Amino acid sequence: MARIVGIDLGTTNSLVAYMDKGVPRVIPGADGRTMVPSVVAMTDHGLLVGDEAKDHLLRSPDRTVYSIKRFMGKSLADVQGELAYFPYTLTEQGGVIRIKLNGKTYSPPQISAMILKELKRRAEAYLEEDITKAVITVPAYFNDSQRQATKDAGLIAGLEVLRIINEPTAASLAYGLQEKTQGTIAVYDFGGGTFDISILKLKQGIFEVLATNGDTHLGGDDIDRRIADLLLDEIRSAYDLDLGLYPDHMQALRLEAERAKIRLSDELKTLLTVELPDGRGRFTRELTRDQLESLVADIIERTLAPCRSALKDAGLTTEHIDEVVLVGGSTRMPLVRRRVQELFGKQPHCHLNPDEVVALGAAVQADILSGGTTDMLLLDVTPLSLGIETMGGVMSCLIPRNTTIPANAKEMFTTYADGQTGVDIHILQGERELAKDNRSLARFRLKVPPLPAGVPRIEVTFLIDANGILHVTAKDMRTGRQQSIEVKPSYGLSETEVERMIEESFKFAKEDVASRKLIEARLDAGSLLTATEKSLSEGGHLVPDDVRTAVRAAVSALASAKEGDDVRAIRTRMAELEQTAKPLSVALMDDSLKRGLEGKKLSDVT
Amino acid sequence: MNQPTPSGGSRNVQMARSMCWHCQSEVAGEYFCERCVKVQPVSKETDYFTCLGLPRRLTIDPAVLEAKYYERSRAFHPDFYLNKTEAEQAISLDNAATLNTAYRTLRDPVQRAEYLLDLEAGSVKTIRTSPPADLFEEILELQDTLDAYRAGDHSSETGRRLRARLEAERGALERRQAEMEDELQKLFVEWDALQDRGEADGHARMERDRLLRRMREILSNRTYVKNIVNDLVETIG
Ligand SMILES: Nc1ncnc2c1ncn2[C@@H]1O[C@H](COP(=O)(O)OP(=O)(O)OP(=O)(O)O)[C@@H](O)[C@H]1O
Ligand SMILES: [Mg+2]
Repeated sequence: MARIVGIDLGTTNSLVAYMDKGVPRVIPGADGRTMVPSVVAMTDHGLLVGDEAKDHLLRSPDRTVYSIKRFMGKSLADVQGELAYFPYTLTEQGGVIRIKLNGKTYSPPQISAMILKELKRRAEAYLEEDITKAVITVPAYFNDSQRQATKDAGLIAGLEVLRIINEPTAASLAYGLQEKTQGTIAVYDFGGGTFDISILKLKQGIFEVLATNGDTHLGGDDIDRRIADLLLDEIRSAYDLDLGLYPDHMQALRLEAERAKIRLSDELKTLLTVELPDGRGRFTRELTRDQLESLVADIIERTLAPCRSALKDAGLTTEHIDEVVLVGGSTRMPLVRRRVQELFGKQPHCHLNPDEVVALGAAVQADILSGGTTDMLLLDVTPLSLGIETMGGVMSCLIPRNTTIPANAKEMFTTYADGQTGVDIHILQGERELAKDNRSLARFRLKVPPLPAGVPRIEVTFLIDANGILHVTAKDMRTGRQQSIEVKPSYGLSETEVERMIEESFKFAKEDVASRKLIEARLDAGSLLTATEKSLSEGGHLVPDDVRTAVRAAVSALASAKEGDDVRAIRTRMAELEQTAKPLSVALMDDSLKRGLEGKKLSDVT
Repeated sequence: MNQPTPSGGSRNVQMARSMCWHCQSEVAGEYFCERCVKVQPVSKETDYFTCLGLPRRLTIDPAVLEAKYYERSRAFHPDFYLNKTEAEQAISLDNAATLNTAYRTLRDPVQRAEYLLDLEAGSVKTIRTSPPADLFEEILELQDTLDAYRAGDHSSETGRRLRARLEAERGALERRQAEMEDELQKLFVEWDALQDRGEADGHARMERDRLLRRMREILSNRTYVKNIVNDLVETIG
């Protein structure tokens, strides 16, 4: 079977991993870094993803998308409260958010697909083979629409998504493989945009999830915003200036807030600096760890209630938990560790790299699916109750939350009126009593043969598969005939739309390759320019004037080519510069040799 | 794989002798065809006990149940069918879903008993599902007291008096709950012993009906008591 990679598609950072002879490994990029920032920039020169895109957050905030995961499977109304924090224009179409960038609109799965493609490319370059299959992780508390959106993103990126797996359970697989322990563990996953808690029982290679809970809208992003809001207020009163009107300064403020937060995990106080617009100088402020902790205490507090609910649903108390495993960058905050320790009454386990463990676990699951690992099995649960709307707008539960998946439920439907030919069914997900307070997943119309009231008997099967995704089938019990059901998702792309996006993405693939080549050429040109400048300053005096002048000319020719979009021009100017600068490097070499003969080491001279 | 132990019930479900969907050779309740090794669908007629390879008994060792569940999960889980045919994948998905429901039902002693009562219901049609009159009266009265307490001033003389009464009632009801659990346990043991003896004479049939009826009664009373105790705990802590 072709190789399956494991992907952690995070709010802030994404990673790809694979299984190397029984050991999961994260795949680094050309620069050796394993994390790809989940940022996408639409520049004039094409699409940028990751670190390069992150640079554009300040330069072109209206065309640079970050934290797209917060919008997956959501409608505009769902995110109304945080629109002010995002510098780009959001609209909605067919219950799906659309983002306007450079005059084109994109759905969140399309943006996520760009990140996935970057990871795919990374894996292909590293493993030197085509990658077409993947396991992708999602927060355990993701609902059906959010999972489906993630699957769509995979398809658009040209990946067959063989499994959607929950992030904390993925982490537990990596943990279990490494620690080889048995017992009951709690995985506390606090990342950039989401919080999850999962309670698992590990026994003889079986990873049985007992309960899961969380908040798909709670993470490090919210902590950054709290700090940024504080500074916004202070700047407003000190300078009578609304920084909110300057998107690029807002981004700078957000990034500075995040950096300060990260520093305060190691230090007790730090200095925040924000450049003000229109030459109004800069704003600086000291922030202590204590101040940060009281500023965000309520955010951390909000992670504790889900922990208690999960324990209760698992029928356990904190004494039953043998180990608490911390996952996600935000668990590096000392306050988080303290609160977790207080709640569970034991020191949390911190020996795993919280950034990588989810991707590693996804690789383990990928290996299970491809038949490589045969002694491990994950039994996960559905995080939310599934039901249908009944008379009076009440939700009737079919599959309760924390039911092990795959799970199914059968319901018999009939008619109330003679000759009635259809029954409308509204599928819901959530824990609330009333249908309107829960998440609407889909609606469909069950076709019924025209018969006297109560005579038709249609059995509908609701099946939640191992991805946590719902499938609905219906069977006419009188004829035994299976009925195909056209389910219209309430918040999601239609199948035809996804197909169109896949096609489009193939079309873009060509452009993507072009822009990638451009980026690489620019990077190479940049390092050549730096190296040449260094040679000039160290050995310029060793060569005749005309050589120096020629090198200077070639340097400026390359520098201006680097600003343009023409890859061939950049490569040609690079070759010309290398050629022109040859006498210079030869002279430098001779010089260092001579010094060597004089008994001096090069390092002593420079 | 364990063969299901036949129970003495009249509606005892036999594993249908049927054919392998793939190679048409005969399969008799095994989950994998002996000839072509393809996974077989867990039949709709299979009860949860059979599904987990356990005899139809009310006392089940949780460790044994869990071991069986893990063993069968390893056999059926869709994770292990990714490079099999679509037909096999569909069967694995259905089987795993059924297995999960079976485990969830049998893991909880009360759900297990209720499920068994449903299976055996054919012969105990006359089972009453409303609480006996005395319990019913008691609950109604308690509900009134609860309402009065909730509406009134807790620190007043009446408030304190009502609270004392509710607390006394709660104690009594909790004792009653414990008694019910005890009796249920005894009935479970008796039922299992009867099944083990495997007798089918008139006396055994009468004994069987008596046990079923009594269990049904306690289970339904237990629900009423549990609900009112929950209400009490919520109100007076
Ligand atoms: N040392 C640190 N102290 C505090 N916060 C940190 C530290 N390091 C990283 N973070 C925060 O962790 C978050 C990123 O964590 P992570 O990479 O685990 O998230 P993610 O996987 O992208 O998001 P999610 O899992 O929610 O989708 C960011 O908010 C970042 O600011
Ligand atoms: Mg994460």
